[in-house]
Amino acid sequence: MADPMRIRIAEKDGLVNVRILMSHEMETGQRKDSSGALVPAHFIRNVVATYQGRTVLSAQWGTAVAKNPFLEFSFKGGKKGEKVIVTWEDNKGDKRTDEATIS
Amino acid sequence: MNRSRRSAVRAGGVLALLMAAGIRPSLAQGQQWNQAAFAGKTLKDALAALGAPAAAASGSILIKAPEIAENGAVVPVAIESKLPNTQSITLLVEKNPQPLAASFDIPAGTEPSVSTRVKMAESSDVYALVKADGKFFVARKEVKITIGGCGG
Repeated sequence: MADPMRIRIAEKDGLVNVRILMSHEMETGQRKDSSGALVPAHFIRNVVATYQGRTVLSAQWGTAVAKNPFLEFSFKGGKKGEKVIVTWEDNKGDKRTDEATIS
Repeated sequence: MNRSRRSAVRAGGVLALLMAAGIRPSLAQGQQWNQAAFAGKTLKDALAALGAPAAAASGSILIKAPEIAENGAVVPVAIESKLPNTQSITLLVEKNPQPLAASFDIPAGTEPSVSTRVKMAESSDVYALVKADGKFFVARKEVKITIGGCGG
């Protein structure tokens, strides 16, 4: 199981700013290990963020997203004290869901 | 079921139509991933697979990225669209082995602005492709990569 995401969410003047740091190798599939064998690609392909059941961002990623991915975006209409739920899924089917409260 | 999903993914055009029609499965049903676009080895191939072979250049798309990045493994890139009704923002790095890096769907109520960090194999133009009001627009910015630890 992957490590939890670090999610910071702050509301100001009706705009909710979401910053997410995920823990993932984001292996490109082009790197060779010390024995010269190709390291298979292992990367997050899909990210979805929801607020009260409404999708506020969805993303498709390739191998070029940097290791331990960072993502920042903002949406309107979120209230302090409510939660945003973030889920990622990688190319091996591993998933991770975390949530954070809007402050 | 799995097979039908695979063929749907392969038929990128059909997928684009479905997404345009707002038919997007939730995470529980399995996420869509545009295999053909991510596998494209040239900018042209990736843009064609995204359904945007002839996007118009636009000055209303802002790309914030360093002019010179010392470390190609972590290049911060922020893209902001000032085009009305922005539906998606896609980030491509022309000289990467597979140019398509990331694509973001922007639902109504979400700001047309995203920030992330990408890997760059070498100095290259970074492209921001924006779908707004059903049409594709593009902007680019050059980012130089300093290879090795003695740059500066």
